[in-house]
Parts: sequence; C-alpha cells; structure tokens
Amino acid sequence: MAHESGFPRNFTGIGSSFFEFAQREAPEVLPMARALENGQYPEVTHGTTIVAVQYAGGVVMAGDRRATMGSMIASRQMEKVFSADDSSVIGIAGSAGLAIELVRLFQLELEHYEKIEGDTLSLDGKANRLAALLRSNLPLALQGLSVVPMFAGFDAYRDRGRIYSYDITGGRFEETNHHSIGSGSVFARGALKKLWHSHLDRADAVKVCVEALWDAADDDSATAGPDAVRKIWPIVAVVNAQGFSYVEHEELERIATEVITGRADELAHTHVLRPGVDGPDNAVPPTAGGGELGREHNSQSGQGEGNAP
Amino acid sequence: MSMPFYVSPEQLMRDRAEYARKGISRGRSVIVAQYRDGIVFATENPSRALHKISEIYDRIGFAAVGKYNEFESLRVAGIRYADLRGFTYDRSDVMARGLANAYAQTLGTAFTNESKPLEVELVVAEVGTAPLDDQIYRLSFDGSVAEEHGFVVIGGQADYLNEALSTQWRPGLDLADALALMSSLLATSTDATAAPTHAGTRDNPAIEGTIVVNQELEAGRSEPVHQLGPDKLEAAVLDRTKARRCFKRLTTARINELLGE
Repeated sequence: MAHESGFPRNFTGIGSSFFEFAQREAPEVLPMARALENGQYPEVTHGTTIVAVQYAGGVVMAGDRRATMGSMIASRQMEKVFSADDSSVIGIAGSAGLAIELVRLFQLELEHYEKIEGDTLSLDGKANRLAALLRSNLPLALQGLSVVPMFAGFDAYRDRGRIYSYDITGGRFEETNHHSIGSGSVFARGALKKLWHSHLDRADAVKVCVEALWDAADDDSATAGPDAVRKIWPIVAVVNAQGFSYVEHEELERIATEVITGRADELAHTHVLRPGVDGPDNAVPPTAGGGELGREHNSQSGQGEGNAP
Repeated sequence: MSMPFYVSPEQLMRDRAEYARKGISRGRSVIVAQYRDGIVFATENPSRALHKISEIYDRIGFAAVGKYNEFESLRVAGIRYADLRGFTYDRSDVMARGLANAYAQTLGTAFTNESKPLEVELVVAEVGTAPLDDQIYRLSFDGSVAEEHGFVVIGGQADYLNEALSTQWRPGLDLADALALMSSLLATSTDATAAPTHAGTRDNPAIEGTIVVNQELEAGRSEPVHQLGPDKLEAAVLDRTKARRCFKRLTTARINELLGE
C-alpha cells in the first residue's frame, strides 16, 4: 500500500489516540503545532470566569459569556462551557482561539477512542488525556498564550461528580466541593465558599453557580453578569448519572432574574456618595439628624447599565 | 538457474479473486437495509466484543465480512480518515463517498500489488435527512464499488439473501419490521448453509471467519423459519432523527423489545 492511492499505510497502525495520530500524520492541523518567534504580539481574545460545583447527584459547571481583548469587550455571547462527551464537561479560560481548538481536539480525542475501542475512557483517563494535550501547548503558554481548562464529569464507578483543575504544564488536580478558574475566579471562589454546602440539589447548585458568577462580574471587569437587557444568561451545564445537559434558557432566565432581584433587595439601601454632600470639604448637612447618614434614599442596586453589575 | 513459472495475468487475477471469494464466503452474511428512520445493520455474531458493524462518523456506519484482522484495520483507517477530515474542515464535510473511494483504492491496490488480496467485503453507509439522501456503498475485495439502494448483503449467503430480500423488503418499513425480517432471513440463511441446494460452491460453510463456529446447523434445518436469538444478533442503526452521532448499537434488551420477545 505504499502508493498515493487509498489510505496511507500509517492509517492502519495500532493506537486509539487521535492526538498522537495527528501529531504523526498531520501535525499542521493541531493548534499547538509550533511555537512563536520571540517578540511583541497584539492582544488576543480572552475568555474569563468558569465555576463548578458538586451536588448530591453530579456536578454543575457554569461560565459567563464575555470575551475580552485588552480592555475591550470582544464578545458578549462567547461559549466557554462544552460537553466533552456524554458524561463530562469542559470549561475554558485564557486565549480563546487556542482554547476553543483545544476543546475541539479534546472532544475528538474522546470520541475517537470510543469509536476505535468500542468503549469509553474512565473519567480519570479522560482527565489525563486533557493533561497531555495541555502539556503539548506549554511552549505557547510560556509565550503568553495560555489555556487553562476545568474539567468535570460523572464518575460511574464512584457514583459521584468530580472536578479537575489544570495548570499550563498539564498538572492535573482534583478539586472537592467546588472550584473556579479565570480572571474572576478569586471573587467567585469567595462566593462559592459561602454559598456551597453538602446538601445542594441540582437547582440549588445551578443557583450557586449563577450567584458566584455574579460576584465575579461584580469585581472583575472581564467577567459579565447576567445581561437582563439582551437576555443573555451564563451558560450552565449539568452532568449526572443521566449524562450531560445544558440548563435550558427559560430556567436560566428564571434563576438569573431571582439572583438579580435578590441582589437588588440586599443592596436597596446602599448609600450612594453624593457630590457636594459627602466626602472631604463638605460640611455634614444639618438636616441629616444627629450626624446619622441618610440611609433611606437610594434604591439603586449599584448596577451601571443593567447588562453588567 | 531455475526459471520462474509463467502465469498469465488473467490466470493470476482469477486465482486471486477465487482466493478472496473463498475467504469471504466462509463468514456469516451482514445485511444493511434502509428503514423509515434510517439504515439498519444486522448480522449473526455470537461475539459481544468482536464487532462486524461499527460507527465511523456522525452519519456514517461501516459493516464488514471476511478476515477480522484485515477489516478491523480498514475500519480503524476509516475512523482516522473521517476524524482527521472533520477536524481539518468541519463535521459536515465528512462524506461516505470520499471514504468509499479511499477504501476502494486501498482494496484495489492490495488486490493487484500485494502478495495476497484482502479477504474482505465492506459496506459504507451514510444516512441522509430523508430516505432519498441515504447512500449505501458496497466494496469488493478487488476495489470495485457499487452504490446500492434499499438493501445490500455481503458475505456468506449473499446471493440467497439478496434474492429473498428483493421479494420481502419494501421502502418505509419501521425498525421493528425491518429487524424482524433481517433476523428471520439471517436465521434461514443459516439453514440454507446447511442445505445442499443453497450451499452451492461454498467449501466449508460451517467455519465462521475468524470468529466462532456455529454448532446449530442441524437443529436449524429441522425448523426452517426461526429467528436468531438476540444474543447472537449484532445489530445497529443509523438513526436519521438524531442530531449529531446517528449511529447506535442495539443492545440485546432493545433487540428483544423490537422483536417482541
């Protein structure tokens, strides 16, 4: 078969990894094919915050919809949470172009294995494959084009949802209870710590994710909150014993609206500093009653436009 | 110095074809047929692990008869071809025609150039959004391709089954009816194998390729129309109503349900 017709001979060899096959036969199609020359590169699109939460029957992963390019919003409708296969989910932060290619490659890696072997990989096996793919992206990551995914899935052997985080070297770490990645992850994690408990059901877990993304968006300019004007909600996916599913738009709208009104109630009496009244060089107004600050006036929730807190 | 024997090219090709045909006819047949919502594949296969029917891509399935190691490596090559193409371009750009061509080239090259031809016969089927868009290709050991409509049988008692299907298969069958028809025909072909009238030129019909020998030929003959037990039936569908991956293997439980047992 050493001819130009039909399959090249190497197509018939042993192996069930698409990545290894492509590295050998068609390295040019892989996203991490070559390292860049040294130098300054223009800003690239970045994806931001992803959160994941374990609950009694599985795991929920959610991501906001914003992509940024420097200080500019590059997209309001980016997808960052994908099904890796029928029983696992992957969320991405970092260089968006590379990250999306990495997701395509990872999805194909799992499907390819499944078709060739006639069986699916274990959840740990999938997590390890993702680590290997990331490791091969290390040269680009060191040049600033890093991709940091979060992976989660339902482990049928252990009968529970599991969450894995990664670093750019392909380090793979299993997380318990909850985790967050991306630019807003610090704020999201604070929220997750306060909101998470071990008796969450699916609906609770979805709400906890939306709340955590709210807190991330509140303090991180690269993360978007629920956009009530355009009706763009975070993407939320659930993986349990029944498999992968996205939370439907209507359910998300209801939950996001609950979160928005909840926050509006909590913040209803925020004292907004007024020019000419508050701050230095302004005398305490005599009408404010015993020096008490005027708490009763403002019902603004602290949101600017409504599309982003 | 010894001179090599002269063999005429005609004789050489005839010998190779005869050799391949013999190998292929030893196995059990695979039937691939259209039904209302897609394409159904069925064969008698006592093994749960060594499949003769497989998924290639979203809308493409594969069936093979003959030598297991040969068609297995062709199956893997097909998956790699499809996955690489889908990754390079888009999932919608992977088509059965291209795949069938690659198989044809590989089979044809092996037939003329290798020391022995591949002893396999293949079906590559792609399910469309409507029955008219379905494509079914049959590939022979020598690389010849035929586009089939309705149904196709490869291996084993292909002539006998083709004849039977041409009178009994009709367009628009539902899955249960199509599977029942295929199952009963596969069972009678087992009987036909044992009956001298249909055994024809087959050398040793009881040997199942590289898989397991069926021991029930005698029992089958005394009861001409029976169905294969679901545990012996390997079946799968390409279901056109599915959004992405249309290929679905039918489990024993599902086969039972469809055959009403």
